[in-house]
Amino acid sequence: MALFATCLTDTFFPSTARAVVRLLERLGCSVDFPLEQTCCGQMHFNTGYRDHARPLARKYTDVFMGYDHVVAPSGSCAGMVREVHPTLGTSPPRTFELAEFLVDVLGVTDVGAWFPHRVTYHPTCHSLRMLGVGDKPLALLRAVKGLDLVELPDATHCCGFGGTFAVKNAETSTAMLADKMRCVLDTGAEVLSAGDNSCLMHIGGGLSRLRTGVRPVHLAEILASTEEDPWRATP
Amino acid sequence: MPEVAGTAAREEILRRIRDARVPAAAPVVRGYHREGPGGVELFAERVADYRAVVRVVTDVPEALSSLRGKDVVAPDDVPDEWLVDGVGWLREPLSIGELDRADGVLTGCAVAIADTGTIVLDGGVAQGRRALTLLPDYHVCVVRADQIAGSVPEALARLQPTRPLTFISGPSATSDIELNRVEGVHGPRVLEVLIVT
Amino acid sequence: MARNPVTWLGSPTFPKAARVALNDTQLRQNLRKATGTIRGRRAAAVAEMDDWEQLRVAGEQVKDDVLARLDTLLVQLEESVTARGGTVHWARDAEEANRIVLDLCRAENATEVVKVKSMATAEIGLNEALEAGGVHAVETDLAELIVQLGDDRPSHILVPAIHRNRAEIREIFQRRMGVEVSDEPADLAEAARTYLREKFLTTKVAISGANFAVADSGSIVVLESEGNGRMCLTLPDTLITVMGIEKLVPTWQDLEVFLQLLPRSSTAERMNPYTSVWTGVTPGDGPQRFHLVLIDNGRTATLQDSVGRQALRCIRCSACLNVCPVYERTGGQSYGSVYPGPIGAILTPQLVGDMHDPQAASLPFASSLCGACFEVCPVRIDIPSVLTHLRAEVVEAKGRTAESVAMAAAAWVFGSASRYEKAQKAGALARFLARDGRITSLPWPGSKWTSSRDVPAPPAQSFRAWWKENRCQK
Repeated sequence: MALFATCLTDTFFPSTARAVVRLLERLGCSVDFPLEQTCCGQMHFNTGYRDHARPLARKYTDVFMGYDHVVAPSGSCAGMVREVHPTLGTSPPRTFELAEFLVDVLGVTDVGAWFPHRVTYHPTCHSLRMLGVGDKPLALLRAVKGLDLVELPDATHCCGFGGTFAVKNAETSTAMLADKMRCVLDTGAEVLSAGDNSCLMHIGGGLSRLRTGVRPVHLAEILASTEEDPWRATP
Repeated sequence: MPEVAGTAAREEILRRIRDARVPAAAPVVRGYHREGPGGVELFAERVADYRAVVRVVTDVPEALSSLRGKDVVAPDDVPDEWLVDGVGWLREPLSIGELDRADGVLTGCAVAIADTGTIVLDGGVAQGRRALTLLPDYHVCVVRADQIAGSVPEALARLQPTRPLTFISGPSATSDIELNRVEGVHGPRVLEVLIVT
Repeated sequence: MARNPVTWLGSPTFPKAARVALNDTQLRQNLRKATGTIRGRRAAAVAEMDDWEQLRVAGEQVKDDVLARLDTLLVQLEESVTARGGTVHWARDAEEANRIVLDLCRAENATEVVKVKSMATAEIGLNEALEAGGVHAVETDLAELIVQLGDDRPSHILVPAIHRNRAEIREIFQRRMGVEVSDEPADLAEAARTYLREKFLTTKVAISGANFAVADSGSIVVLESEGNGRMCLTLPDTLITVMGIEKLVPTWQDLEVFLQLLPRSSTAERMNPYTSVWTGVTPGDGPQRFHLVLIDNGRTATLQDSVGRQALRCIRCSACLNVCPVYERTGGQSYGSVYPGPIGAILTPQLVGDMHDPQAASLPFASSLCGACFEVCPVRIDIPSVLTHLRAEVVEAKGRTAESVAMAAAAWVFGSASRYEKAQKAGALARFLARDGRITSLPWPGSKWTSSRDVPAPPAQSFRAWWKENRCQK
């Protein structure tokens, strides 16, 4: 199987991709990271640059062809590959969002993780609606030792990221963000988790600006954390 | 001259539709339920949900005592036994003004729908023309148990589309203020449904 | 060709209009309350149906069939209506439709007409055109009346006055009707009843829209709640119905799908209080003169687009508005059109048909692509897919811009892993902007992000660099 790290995680959140590797290897997978990979083309496609997205979709198929499974720590990138790439004339290999891969392919919900913190979870829109990941991430979190999972009010409401929407309609995006942050803060959680670093960058960026002290942590990093090798905040 | 212009518009619209070359669609799969459980009980419960008055009765004339002392419109062909004493019965021909001044109207119906608590009038026996059940503020509708269809599809199958149809589900209402339902605007503000078993 | 009045002349682009709306605290509060209420009610009404998905699929398929056979079905409808004593008119655009309706009113010597709420007539700006021709149109739907009396614009498909709360409605009624009334919804409804009663009883011409027209029987269907529709559809001598050419169903049986989908999706009821069905003219019952005006106004152009045409499946339930996080914050008027919200963002620009129009071209971007609209749509319009499709058309129409240059550069970088890696390393230099691991201020266009959000500092080592260091030598 191969890891598709996604350009955002590769560049800005390497700790998430390292966590995926650690987690999957712990579960007995042999993980490869083809170095030719770059970006799935989601930003281009969603902003109206279909013609630029097309070669990136082709490149994705070329890079990952030959792997049984591809896993991405991102619902929106996995959704882009699975739902949109075929409309761009490519037939990508089977690509999964991390929680789907763990539950559906590996058949595990208890991954042996330990994370002694109060956590709330935001189910990102593309995981929820495009991929239909459902409550698989919650099942995984519930099985984590020491983790105190608190329900996020209005969890299914969009956080307002939406790719370039966040800058093209910055004020509206911020208004949506404000409501999401209020819900996060209402839970009293120390950690906000999600399956997508893009949404976490957005919500986390707002939480950081307000010095709320709530930390965004990708689901993969929680699941990779164990008593022997616990999660540590990266500076 | 306008006729000619109208023809040109018609031809151009039809031509543009054909130019779009929309591919033929797949046959419609009707995987939804075409039949509902039906029954007096479900119908009564669903009508009541609209805050209509519902009564299950065996004797219509006896149930009409609430109309005593009122001026009530009755279509030409209601059963004679419904025209109980003590009611000021108003019969056609009636002007709009007379209908507007009436206290109430008594009708039968064509079909009812248990699933949605709906009664349907089609201008047939004991129903009269549409204005009769619109202007008076109080509508009493007699529904026979055998007129209750289980579902919307069953009800539509029993109806003739070319008749003037009115589907009524509870009293007049609006959701226009803060998207909350409030009963009573222009149509009859009280709907009473008598289910005859 | 004249400008399509589906968008309001002089409306700013969506981001500009939204900025104003977002600052309106009262509006935000009204919208949050109303959409929150209806969202919960709709979800409950739909949860009752274990065959909801099958109904949605059938709804989609019936409408796709209509679009595939639109010419045949329209001719069939025309024949059925004509055979039952009605007259059918065809209008290519708003101007043509308005002229037809005005001529019909003049033929009846009408100076005042009563109207049932209708999106089609709002889309073509009929009221304004009639007024200019000396005919005053009285809106009789409560929300439309609130908008009309408030000299306001609509902000919702189903509830055009959703942006108003009870206190504001009370103020409008007191000012324009000259009555004392409380802010209780029941009292406000009563005030509207009294205000309109005389109009209903005396006006000779009514104008309506149509929710559905049944091609094989010629029956027209209007769903409503208040009874104002029944008043207009039964009391006047003449009825003029204005309908978009796509509002057909092939057969009477097909209506069984939509009579289940529409009420639950729009007002969250099992069934709306009143549905009227009429076919041409019925002697002795209702209007004795019936005119059906079929309007194109951008629909046949929309039909040409294989992706965008699914917007013509829309049955105007407004479920997508009520669940849309963008609509909830900005309200409907920010969209500058009678069709706001997610469906408006895909329908309006297509009806306008000009992606060089900056306002219309801004609408497909007024979405975070969260997909909540698609999830609730009773006829399964894949709004997010149409949005990205239309964005591509906008980009194409705009040609070379600063954004397109940046996007091309980004695509070039992503096109090769080595270029991408170099860019990563160069980007890591942005670490000097950071304090405590965060960047709080970036120059434009990054400032659009950092105005409300920090940016994480790029890490010293990308994942791929780590991978090469730790795994590649093994």
